[in-house]
Amino acid sequence: MKRKIVVAISVILPCHTAFAAPYQPGNDAQILERLPAASRFENQELRQLRKQMAAGPARTELAVDLAERYIARGKADADPRYYGYAEGLLKSWQQIQEPPPKVLLLSALIKQHRHDFGGALQDLDSLLRRQPENAQGWLTRAIILLVQARYAEALQSCAPLIDLDDALLAGTCLAQVNSLIGHAQKSYDFLQEALADQSAANAEQRQWTLTVLADIAARLGKILDAEKHFSEAIGIEHPNIYLFGAYADFLLDQHQPEKVLALLQDKSRIDALFLRIALAKQQLAASDLDQVTEELEARFAASRMRGENLHQGDEARFTLHLLNKPGEALRLAEANWQAQREPKDARILLAAAVAAHAAEAAKPVLDLLSATGMEHPQLRQLAAQIRQMQR
Amino acid sequence: MLSRLVLCLLILAYTPILHAHKASDSYLTLKTAGERIDGRWDIALRDLDYAIGLDSDDNGEITWGEMRSRRNAVFDYARSHLSITGGNVPCPVQPGDYLIDTHTDGAYSVLTFTAACGAELSNITVNYSLLFDLDPQHRGLLRVEYGQATHTTVLSPTHDSQQIELSDVKPGAAFLQYLKEGVWHIWFGYDHILFLLSLLFPSVLIRLNRSWLPAEGFHPVLIEVIKIVTAFTVAHSLTLSLATLGVIELPSRWVESAIAASVVLAALNNVYPLISKKLWLVAFGFGLIHGLGFANVLKDLGLPKDMLILALLAFNLGVEAGQLAIVSVFLPAAFFLRRSWGYRRLLVDAGSVLIAMVALVWLAERSLNTQLVDWELLFK
Repeated sequence: MKRKIVVAISVILPCHTAFAAPYQPGNDAQILERLPAASRFENQELRQLRKQMAAGPARTELAVDLAERYIARGKADADPRYYGYAEGLLKSWQQIQEPPPKVLLLSALIKQHRHDFGGALQDLDSLLRRQPENAQGWLTRAIILLVQARYAEALQSCAPLIDLDDALLAGTCLAQVNSLIGHAQKSYDFLQEALADQSAANAEQRQWTLTVLADIAARLGKILDAEKHFSEAIGIEHPNIYLFGAYADFLLDQHQPEKVLALLQDKSRIDALFLRIALAKQQLAASDLDQVTEELEARFAASRMRGENLHQGDEARFTLHLLNKPGEALRLAEANWQAQREPKDARILLAAAVAAHAAEAAKPVLDLLSATGMEHPQLRQLAAQIRQMQR
Repeated sequence: MLSRLVLCLLILAYTPILHAHKASDSYLTLKTAGERIDGRWDIALRDLDYAIGLDSDDNGEITWGEMRSRRNAVFDYARSHLSITGGNVPCPVQPGDYLIDTHTDGAYSVLTFTAACGAELSNITVNYSLLFDLDPQHRGLLRVEYGQATHTTVLSPTHDSQQIELSDVKPGAAFLQYLKEGVWHIWFGYDHILFLLSLLFPSVLIRLNRSWLPAEGFHPVLIEVIKIVTAFTVAHSLTLSLATLGVIELPSRWVESAIAASVVLAALNNVYPLISKKLWLVAFGFGLIHGLGFANVLKDLGLPKDMLILALLAFNLGVEAGQLAIVSVFLPAAFFLRRSWGYRRLLVDAGSVLIAMVALVWLAERSLNTQLVDWELLFK
């Protein structure tokens, strides 16, 4: 009850009134804020570069270099402020007709991050017209198309990678898409072989390939294999947020909430992962579930206040599973589906449609499932529930 | 089993809720009364450190001592990125308390200030540019309180200034304000007028054997016009309401492009008529899109949360009144002129071609997000 009141108040007063009163700290030594320092050295380096930047003109190689580093940090920490800094550094290129290829790529990554997929694809297209051999450009393009469930086009964007040097990169790209259009088993076998052949592949590449293998294995019901791939991937240095999220979702499906909490122990800064923590606590009926739910609610409210809707998929999951409001969750899941169409987006839309008894709302996902023949037991099961409702 | 239980208990006992990672926002609250404004501005320490440097010993931790020594620099930096005017008179900002608060993503400095505007305030304008040069994703969340009413707006690099009518306090005044905005928008948002006129041009004519003939009686013409106008009205009111209440949401670039396309199609239909019967259906279909455009305008005006429905209703009525005024001038004139060569050749044919061309340029500009024609210069 108390939580409901707090939530209600923070919705009615969508501003700082929901927070504690401001105060004057008692002594000078009191630490107010710890600046992000994933690695102290990297941070120092960034600060040095910024100082150099402040001295020189805006449109320089240094600015591009710094923007690239900020984007890398933003991706590693899932910290949107870094993407903002990078955008600020690249701002002066917006006015010129043909920015350098590197600027186009970075600009596409920034737009991808704020879900301006159309803008990102435009940047990538002009990049690839000028540099058809830019592997990262093709890959980024393929990933965006995959997120939009434009599988045929995604395959076309993976294809040029075959002729560029990295066979495992091309193979993983193709297998990831093919596994979603009814060729999961074939893609799995192919990718396992490709990984075995390329034992010299770099760590980041291996990690991505293992993540894709784990995802396919899970969808094929090979639970032990999936677990094996996930834990191998997470053991490689600098695991990314996407991998943490996918592994956590897999563990939640296997009803292993303790493992989720251990995996995400120090990741509560990141809303997407904090949501998985909350879902694990729900499975455990943990005593602090209410506190965690309140905190998540405040974070989603803060993001709504700035007029942002980047996390509607996660917010839909939160609203359905933790707030138990199917109607509201369905509205969020449908809005999310307009931007993102990965299997996880399909899943929350179906789950919300089932809970809200709104079979009609599930139609886009049912259409996608029948058009692609996607192997995905949880989606198939939800789809069957929807069809039963329609009878 | 036991070890699993121990692990579980350990984790449950220790739940570090760290601060969220979030894009940069500041929270600016202005309380207005009489000629005075009391302000409170919450700016993240992380943002201040990025802009002017707070961590003087470079150890990754910001202490109260470091903050305190930078008090003047912080106030100066903040003040130089905010200007408040009341009427058209600048209201100089006087710094007040310097405190700390916590939001979901960490510690914020709380700057309080007062601003005296010298005369009773009827409106204020806020110009905001904090951090936009360094982080274009920064947003200023402005909240203006006056009497019992509040007004909230999100300030961004593309929307960095907002005027707030303080007379909005009274529902009656707010109603008039939004009514006026509605009328203004239909009159000066040329795309809507051109669309409607394109549909109405042939209403005083009859299509027969691939050419236009003047209609005989006024009565059928009037019915036709009422049908078109009503269909357009019902459709755009529907989507305007749904979009304003947040039920539907579409990117404004698509909406604006689709509106331009609707003008092109409606105008071309007069030159090469594909549809000459049941134009009201066309009016209805495209009216749905125009309503979404109206909603974007209404959102840009900033909506008073406590009077959302009232503002929506007033704006909608304003749009209808503006539209009715246009039709009531157009219809008698067109009916009077319908037999003339000029009406059919100059207005319907040449006029429609011109409208289609203008709208085609809009379509290109809006869909490609560039400017091809300097419209302001053209209309000066």
